[in-house]
Amino acid sequence: MFHWLEKHPFFFAVAVFVMIAFAGLVEILPNFAQASRPLIGTAPYSTLELAGRHVYIKNSCNACHSQLIRPFKSETDRYGHYSRSGEYAYDRPFLWGSKRTGPDLMRVGNYRTTDWHENHMKAPSKIVLDSIMPAFTWMFTNLADINTAYAEQLTVAQFFTVPYNQPVPMKDGSTKVVKMGATLADANALALAEAKVVAADMKDQNVKDAIARGEIPEIVALIAYLNSLK
Amino acid sequence: MENRPLEYDYTVTKMFMFTTIVLGIVGMLIGVILAFELAFPEVNTILGSGVAEYTNFSRLRPLHTDAVIFGFTLSGIFATWYYVGQRVLKVSMAESGFLMFIGKLHFWLYLVGVAAVVVSLFMGITTSKEYAEFEWPIDIAIVVVWVLFGISIFGLIGIRREKSLYISVWYYIATFLGIAMLYVFNNMEIPTILGTNGIGEAGFGNWWHSVSMYAGTNDALVQWWYGHNAVAFGFTVPIVAMIYYFLPKESGQAIYSYKLSLLSFWGLMFVYLWAGGHHLLYSTVPDWVQTMGSIFSIVLILPSWGSAINMLLTMKGEWQQVASSPLIKFMILASTFYMFSTLEGPIQAIKSVNAIAHFTDWIVGHVHDGTLGWVGFMIMGALFHMAPRVFKREIYSKSLMATQFWIQTLGVVFYFTSMWIAGITQGMMWRAHDEFGNLAYSFIDTVTVLHPYYTLRAIGGTLYLVGFFIFAYNIYRTMSARPVEESELQSASPMGA
Repeated sequence: MFHWLEKHPFFFAVAVFVMIAFAGLVEILPNFAQASRPLIGTAPYSTLELAGRHVYIKNSCNACHSQLIRPFKSETDRYGHYSRSGEYAYDRPFLWGSKRTGPDLMRVGNYRTTDWHENHMKAPSKIVLDSIMPAFTWMFTNLADINTAYAEQLTVAQFFTVPYNQPVPMKDGSTKVVKMGATLADANALALAEAKVVAADMKDQNVKDAIARGEIPEIVALIAYLNSLK
Repeated sequence: MENRPLEYDYTVTKMFMFTTIVLGIVGMLIGVILAFELAFPEVNTILGSGVAEYTNFSRLRPLHTDAVIFGFTLSGIFATWYYVGQRVLKVSMAESGFLMFIGKLHFWLYLVGVAAVVVSLFMGITTSKEYAEFEWPIDIAIVVVWVLFGISIFGLIGIRREKSLYISVWYYIATFLGIAMLYVFNNMEIPTILGTNGIGEAGFGNWWHSVSMYAGTNDALVQWWYGHNAVAFGFTVPIVAMIYYFLPKESGQAIYSYKLSLLSFWGLMFVYLWAGGHHLLYSTVPDWVQTMGSIFSIVLILPSWGSAINMLLTMKGEWQQVASSPLIKFMILASTFYMFSTLEGPIQAIKSVNAIAHFTDWIVGHVHDGTLGWVGFMIMGALFHMAPRVFKREIYSKSLMATQFWIQTLGVVFYFTSMWIAGITQGMMWRAHDEFGNLAYSFIDTVTVLHPYYTLRAIGGTLYLVGFFIFAYNIYRTMSARPVEESELQSASPMGA
């Protein structure tokens, strides 16, 4: 059979393809629908948080920070409850990372504040002595891209029925509505309102001035995102 | 006329040899910079804090991985295909104007793709998925380049004179099919310009931005099915294709066992794809997928070692060549590192070992003993074998080859030993509890302890890079020397062995 295959490239290629495609079908398909159901208490990202997530991705924060807490005592002691599949239901893409040069950030919103992040992103080694994390000073001047975040919200609502402007069940039995702007101007206004809340806890004068002008620096969006990780 | 040996046409081979070397230098140089940034954080702002956005670790890291994978390695794969393909199929590219056109188009589009990747990654345009960072416009370009590669493979096969496909061709076909399947499915994404609001407006924000078709756990599962098997079909399968051709050619020995190559090939095809789950142990993917990933990783030792042993036994009775020929040294060390790396990987895939190894530098070490030791050495070996035949000139300096070999070997040893210690140290410190059941170390303790190992690794990487510069110089002097042969060397090895 193999000698025959080696003389018939087409059938050879078909045989190879069947061999390699098989595993993917068996491993990936069966749990596909089940794995993407959101957990109660998991809400979609707001416009500003999503813009912050884009800043996180733009700077490859995931190259050094994981967002996956494994079910070991040492990890739950350090980072909080281990990760559950439904918590990632609105994560496109997933940001688990593959290397922990710095600590896990899956629940960083539980134990770090806006103030802490502001100082840390400016000069990490002043906050954590001997930290090898570089400073991310440009985030204080670059502006966050709210328009793209809004486009992404529209896309996921349209194609993946992500529940924006709809009540989402919370752990305490209440519901929460994550708003998405009806128009682009509306989305920018929503993001700015959220940014003002974050910036109120910040000290950087340039950031405060930018917010007063109606602009949102990347750092504000990033901190909004980090604070949402719980 | 009939008895005259075929004159093969190496135009496209030469083009890809050029990018192999240039992108190799770019990728490895960035790698060395990254290594120094981890050891000495002030290197992040070495060009001033004004441009730190473009020189810091996080922005450069995807450039390093993509430059060495899609630049150096892929160019090496293409260069060898356009060389090996013609020779084992007994047909010249010059015989088909169409295939020659496709080959050149393949190269130039590839170059355009590379330029687009470099610019976009520097700008921070990335999907964040490892080795699949490119946004949809570049993804489409990559698919086109890949289809051209496929047309080249099957076009050349279509006009072949040798009816039986040589083992290397099996592996090139598998490379083409594997990457095609993996890349397309992992990069399923929806451009966000399609997002339409209630009053029918669309097209907001950056036109190149997209959102993954899969969410959370599913996205991770598809990504590591891709990520793991991109290693299979980028770093293993095509490199095995190379060694099956170049080692027997260079040593003048026949392949040790046809049956073993058969078993290894079909075994590798079947087993490799299952093992992706070992990247997701103790994550939120279903437990049975994790267990399958673990088990199949162990099974994977069989086909991997099958190929490696087949290569080593090909040298049976001719081991003196390892001592006398630096080129044979490169290839033998490559297959030795292949054995080493394919044993280390399965060990790390065992759940209890993975609990310590995952997220640490041990994984980084594993990747690099595979890529520097196996992939890098084999591609450089292949270029050394091809250069005299392609440029019709003897290799410029055999002693430079030997010097390069020892410098780089030392570099690899520095690299993986330091990363072993770093990884296991960090993994153990993360999980250590004191007598009261509290965590024994804060996170920063587990970072500062790594400084000496990061420094050692940076030195190891630098040694490898220095070796690569010697390689580039040697090839450059070879191709720019006065031609000594009118036609292709028919039997003599470049070493004159």
